[in-house]
Amino acid sequence: MTRYKLDINGKMQTIDVMPDTPLLWALRDSLNLVGTKYGCGAGQCGACTVHVNGVPARSCLLPVSSLGKQKITTIEGLATQASHPLQTAWQELDVPQCGYCQAGQIMTAAALIRDKPHPSDADIDAAMGGNLCRCATYIRIRAGIHRAAELAAAGKKGTK
Amino acid sequence: MSAPLQSTTRRDFLRMSAFTGGGLVLACMGVSSNHANAADTVINKPTAATDFTPHALIRIGSDGTVTLVSKQPEIGQGIKTSLPMVIAEELEVNWKDVRIIQGDLNPAYGSQGAGGSTSTPTNYNEFHRLGATARTMLVQAAAQIWQVAASECHAADSAVHHAASKRRLGFGELAATAATLPVPDAKDVKLKDPAQFKLLGTRIGGVDNPAIVSGKPLFGIDVKLPGMLYAVYEKCPVFGGKVVSANLDVIKKQPGVRDAFIVEGTDNLRGLMPGVAIVAETTWAAFSARKLLTVQWDEGQWASASWDNFSKQARELSQKPANTTLRKDGDVAAAMSKAAKTVEAAYSYPFISHASMEPQNCTAAFDAATGSVEIWAPTQLPESGQALVADLFGIPKEKIRLHIIRSGGGFGRRLSSDFIVEAVAIAKLVKAPVKLTWSREDDLRHDHYRAGGFHFLRGAVDASGKLTAWRNHFVSFGNKVTRDGKTQLQAGSGGSLSGDEFPGRWLDNCLLEQTLMECHIPMGPWRAPGSNVFAWVFHSFIDELAHAAGQDPLAFRLAMLGDKEIVPGTGERGQPYHVGRMKRVLQEVADKSGWGKRKFPRGQGQGIAFHFSHRGYIAEVAEVTVSKKGEVTVDRVVVVTDIGAQIVNLSGAEHQVQGSVLDGISTLKHPELDIQKGRIVQSNFHEYPLLRINDSKTKVEVHFLKTDFPVTGLGEPAFPPLAPAVCNAIFAATGKRVRQLPLTHTDLSWE
Repeated sequence: MTRYKLDINGKMQTIDVMPDTPLLWALRDSLNLVGTKYGCGAGQCGACTVHVNGVPARSCLLPVSSLGKQKITTIEGLATQASHPLQTAWQELDVPQCGYCQAGQIMTAAALIRDKPHPSDADIDAAMGGNLCRCATYIRIRAGIHRAAELAAAGKKGTK
Repeated sequence: MSAPLQSTTRRDFLRMSAFTGGGLVLACMGVSSNHANAADTVINKPTAATDFTPHALIRIGSDGTVTLVSKQPEIGQGIKTSLPMVIAEELEVNWKDVRIIQGDLNPAYGSQGAGGSTSTPTNYNEFHRLGATARTMLVQAAAQIWQVAASECHAADSAVHHAASKRRLGFGELAATAATLPVPDAKDVKLKDPAQFKLLGTRIGGVDNPAIVSGKPLFGIDVKLPGMLYAVYEKCPVFGGKVVSANLDVIKKQPGVRDAFIVEGTDNLRGLMPGVAIVAETTWAAFSARKLLTVQWDEGQWASASWDNFSKQARELSQKPANTTLRKDGDVAAAMSKAAKTVEAAYSYPFISHASMEPQNCTAAFDAATGSVEIWAPTQLPESGQALVADLFGIPKEKIRLHIIRSGGGFGRRLSSDFIVEAVAIAKLVKAPVKLTWSREDDLRHDHYRAGGFHFLRGAVDASGKLTAWRNHFVSFGNKVTRDGKTQLQAGSGGSLSGDEFPGRWLDNCLLEQTLMECHIPMGPWRAPGSNVFAWVFHSFIDELAHAAGQDPLAFRLAMLGDKEIVPGTGERGQPYHVGRMKRVLQEVADKSGWGKRKFPRGQGQGIAFHFSHRGYIAEVAEVTVSKKGEVTVDRVVVVTDIGAQIVNLSGAEHQVQGSVLDGISTLKHPELDIQKGRIVQSNFHEYPLLRINDSKTKVEVHFLKTDFPVTGLGEPAFPPLAPAVCNAIFAATGKRVRQLPLTHTDLSWE
């Protein structure tokens, strides 16, 4: 066991884990941040997506020992009171079915609309292709990203 | 107690109410989980004397909060939102005042399974009566307080109103009085006129959406208990293989590992399979130690099974007399010999996995002192999980408390309870609560699979273009089961075909036969079992016959369906088929899609199909583009359903259809399991691809025909017609017929 100090959602967190422990399991088992999901453990499904210094990353493949002082953001820390335009749009358009993949979808999409405030369908395809949804809610995920971009542009929250 | 309220006696109603009034009947071990959605955290609180609990599923507090218990498991089908909407509609409570909690497994709730798209049809009428009964009592309470006739009062907006005096009392203010009133007789409870519905048929977002988008603990895999340990369980890659030995001494020395042991298991492919358990302080410690695990297996006699051999065997069997005759009408051979044209084709499809995004998992805590067990399970069939635990471990049902936890996808996988009994087997040997987590590899390699299958078809049309004969020899898979001392081969789920399946009852000359191959592979229900492949096979072959007859595929189908409004089922258990309903959705889908109205360039085309399953009548038209290289894009799908008189939640219903269509496209294009040396070859999503967002720009148009028929479910029936509609469109676009799934087996390129 080794002690690590991680910068998670703006707070320094201390954990004692095996050095090769993926960030995913440190979040889930050590820090009780279970919004980040285990889907494949192989970087294939995107359910475990978090931001590392603002860049979407697969937390199932990131050993805690590799993180240093990089800033980690999880779904729990994306916005206060779930007020991110994507979180608003996801509820407004009723995007989830089972909901298991949606935290990962939202984290990937958050980086997309930050970098491209008005993403085209091609931008969405390119950015979101790594996030599987077994319920195939892709029609509403796409609509949700467009809606969130609108909300962000208007600088206001959704009305519903 | 699953009988409709109308037939529930007054005493039963009160008895059910007593369950909540007296707190939970089931023993609670006092372990509290981190779960916000578990009912026990709320229901276990002593009910205040001022609360109004007219039924185990309804509680109205003095603060006006209406708490509704969702008794069915939520797996992404939206039932936790839609069924409580039915109670809320009748109750006249504003949706914003309603709080919904997930019910544990509790006999007071009646049937609690989520499968077969049955949750809506089996509960819809009863839930109307529950809500209306509670509303009637609240109105009576207000009338009593105001000393006026109940007929002068009405409920609306979470309150009872007396229009004449402009008085109003909120439900919270009425709760204590209502709680003292007797439950009225069913005949004194008036249901709302559907024309007055305010909530049903509108778009209501999933009640767990706020928790989902903010990452709150919600799913089975998120359960955490004080002092909980984490387990993995390795089973033989050949199904049912036994453990001879394992390097447990090495494993026990790994960091964070608390214990490792062999679980003997049973030979029941759908029960507790033998394996090796590793219990550790974290999931990662268990996963890491497992990498060093070496097990010597007794793989048994199935270690040489392969898909290639099964395929070869199926082709050989197709030439031999079948095991079983499912249907025999007229004289097929004679009709074939007289036909103007005959068509012969072999269709096949592989084993596939459910691949829900949340791998199987279960948390269990065993209390040796009382011999009781508490289970937190993302399950579709909690009753059957409880029964299997009771049977295997000899624990009486009343000592098995089961919390139903939201599932990260079901698709039928969680109708099996293997992961539950594994967790209990491990927890029984560990003096702490244990969460068992399967890896993705476990999930793909130890599923209860959708069975593969082979159909050897022949059909005949006469000179007028009429279908005159149909023959199918269906070669599928089964396993040996022993009942009453007799061992026989039983078809796996989806591996048995009813002789009544369309076009079984519609032809003068029809021969349906079946032969089973034993495979020793666990098989289980997969979204629209049977239907998910039969619709593809039969509507593809019907299309072949339509083209052979020189007929329009829609006209050919309408002629096949015939002019009877209803075709009765065969035998005592046969179900009638409402031809009129099917013809109406078929005609409607043709109209909405502009069937036959447009001329498509080569490489593009339209295809049509229909299917009746899970009480739903559904027809679909697909439009595709096939590139010269043979890549298929599904451009548009028009869906028309007849699932009865009322859409409960418009957002949820439309979502199920959109999801079914894209799941249908995914399943048509991608997943396939290979079997070699008795093992599933594929391990993870890199070898088991599924549809991704970049191939999901299909325009899905959903139309719900409103009819006078009972309200039915929508988790499954929109799935089956998709694959044949798309494959028929591919034929229209390219002249190439897809007879094997997935599409990757067929060269669809054209010049």
